[in-house]
Amino acid sequence: MTTIQHKKSNPIAHLTPEDIEAIGVELDAIRDEVMGSRGAKDAAYIRRVIKVQRGLELSSRAVLLFSLFPPAWLVGTAGLSVAKILENMEVGHNILHGQWDWMRDPKIHSTKWEWDHASPAEQWKHSHNELHHTYTNVVGKDNDLGYGIMRVDEEQRWSPAHLGQPLYNFINACLFEYGIAAYDLELGKNLATPERRKDPKFRAALKATRRKIGKQMLKDYVVHPALSGPSFLHTIAANATANLVRNLWSHSVIMCGHFPNGVETFEKTSIEGETRGEWYLRQMLGSANISGTKLMHIMTGNLSHQIEHHLFPDMPSNRYAQISPKIKDLFQRYGLKYTTGPLPKQVASAWWKVLRLSLPNKPVVAPRAVAAERPAPVSDPAARWRRLPAAAAAAAAPAPVEAL
Amino acid sequence: MAVIRTLGSGAWRVVELITTPVVPADYLDAIAPLRNAKVLRARVEAVRPETANSATLVLRPGRGWVPHEPGQYARVGVDVAGVRLWRSYSITSTPARRDGRITITVNAVPGGVVSTHLVRRARRGMLLHLDVPTGEFLLPATRPAKALFVTAGSGITPVMGMLRSALHELRDVVVVHSAGTHEAVVFGAELRTLAAEGRIRLIERHTRTDGRIKPADLDELVPDLFERQVWACGPNEMLDDLEAHWADAEAGHLLVTERFRPALISGEGGGTVTFTKSGTVVETDGSVPLLDSGEQAGVLMPSGCRMGICFSCVLPLREGAVRDLRDGSLTVAEPGDSIPVQTCISAAAGPCQIEN
Repeated sequence: MTTIQHKKSNPIAHLTPEDIEAIGVELDAIRDEVMGSRGAKDAAYIRRVIKVQRGLELSSRAVLLFSLFPPAWLVGTAGLSVAKILENMEVGHNILHGQWDWMRDPKIHSTKWEWDHASPAEQWKHSHNELHHTYTNVVGKDNDLGYGIMRVDEEQRWSPAHLGQPLYNFINACLFEYGIAAYDLELGKNLATPERRKDPKFRAALKATRRKIGKQMLKDYVVHPALSGPSFLHTIAANATANLVRNLWSHSVIMCGHFPNGVETFEKTSIEGETRGEWYLRQMLGSANISGTKLMHIMTGNLSHQIEHHLFPDMPSNRYAQISPKIKDLFQRYGLKYTTGPLPKQVASAWWKVLRLSLPNKPVVAPRAVAAERPAPVSDPAARWRRLPAAAAAAAAPAPVEAL
Repeated sequence: MAVIRTLGSGAWRVVELITTPVVPADYLDAIAPLRNAKVLRARVEAVRPETANSATLVLRPGRGWVPHEPGQYARVGVDVAGVRLWRSYSITSTPARRDGRITITVNAVPGGVVSTHLVRRARRGMLLHLDVPTGEFLLPATRPAKALFVTAGSGITPVMGMLRSALHELRDVVVVHSAGTHEAVVFGAELRTLAAEGRIRLIERHTRTDGRIKPADLDELVPDLFERQVWACGPNEMLDDLEAHWADAEAGHLLVTERFRPALISGEGGGTVTFTKSGTVVETDGSVPLLDSGEQAGVLMPSGCRMGICFSCVLPLREGAVRDLRDGSLTVAEPGDSIPVQTCISAAAGPCQIEN
């Protein structure tokens, strides 16, 4: 991956500024249609998922009270793994995005929800919703690119330490929830200097994370095992396995979202004064989907519709599948690449990148094509929510590019 | 005792650890929703039609309910099309009722999503959300010698609560009630029976045929008008007229009114925004996000992406209306509401109160 600004064949060179705004207008229309039709069916959906998840978790944990017996261990561990995956992905991640805030149910609300994860919801919302979703795939601004420990772009300077990155990535996958907790704390940055280490805001965040991890550990490795009496050690093993399965699964799904082949990255300077249309376009190019069955979509928390999710992070997840054909059609009409593939292929593609970039590469030299063409940026941080006035929107809808 | 209590709270902490990160109540609510005193709910036990457009709901409030005073109302929350909406309804039953149930009577207002939903869709067994009773529309402990109730439409509901609870303690009661037609009078049969028994003097006015009652008409209908303690409930125009009339007679202290305060929605947007915690009041424009208006006025505002996707900036809208600047959709808060709104993409659509 090379930032789009430095690529030899720029995948958006054929789009005029008017095209880009027209894309934004079309996407806004799709958003309005879905958001305006949210209703009782959607509310019933999320409540049903929560109910199924809680039922599965409770019954799996009940079975694990007898985890001394191998069949009980297997069934309980499998059930708990699925319950934890559902809880983190289709339930937790999506509620914390505010996808269900419109229901005004204080129990299912981004401001109130806490999840079965090492990172406290509050910190996750900051690093994920705010930083990652606003600055998606902007090198140096979106820490999800390599999580600050890996080299994921040809333009990043190589150092011998990167030789170990396949190993770091594997360790990170196994301990993913703790990796995320550390990452939400911005440990690398905050531990760097004594002043930062002493910053009361950082201390408070650290304390909250320690408390959260403590409670999670107590639950999975003390209380539930103790309840299962003679099955104590077996339940510890079962819970550790379920956490490991959940970590590996969510790490794989998340790697598929932004690392596979075909996903673009962007330069820091390219987003100054970014318009609504340009922001949308960056989300379109910076995300990749996973194809699969309905069950697969639910188990990934509908992050298999990563492109749709990045365009509309607060849209209820059960609606992504519905808009997907329209989004695909939009990509096609504007000659853009809708990156998708089955899970094994996408995981392999992402891992290949991690492996490939652990070794040095030839320096990338290419003209800065796009940056030169952009009009002088307006220094308005709030420009991204601004839609074009209706009249301008009509003018900015030329005949789209049919093919390339 | 202290030992048992300590053991009890210790055991509860273990239960909380079993269910962390959610609380045990989240599981228990699925089985026994009325048990949770922290989330007050009520079960609909019966639905009785009153008129063509109104119905009485018999509710069993769950734990956490506090007995009401006659004339008070309670906020009722109901999910309509997936969205929890809250409205206030007067309690029409007497607190002396022994079965622990209460009744509210709902009039389906044209265009009113909640009232229409409750009148047409409420069924036995349905769960509603509930808030504790509140309101200052009350009879004094020393009952007045002469009372007058002036009501119109569903304004009869708090008065019915008072009559059912305290009529035996009131000696001289006049009820002046207006409704569109004879059939549209909520509690018509009950009121007429009370009148026939001589327990109240009922003056019924059918506005569809006879027009609206003017305060001046009252002078003739109730000769000892200003000798009476007066409780009035109905449309705001009626209450405005009554207040003016009683003020002119320098008898304002005799009149108690109960009014519904509808949120004011300004067509072109903008309005006075009050940040309730900091006390800052700002005049805003309909095109400027609340976040920007607050920051410019020096209010410490939470913020994040500033484009409506991260939900870091949400603050409760306590009263009034705001408009989503992206798609123009309105969010309206009734008094007592607390609706989190994204301040970075919402602008005032009339006077509103933001908790910050």
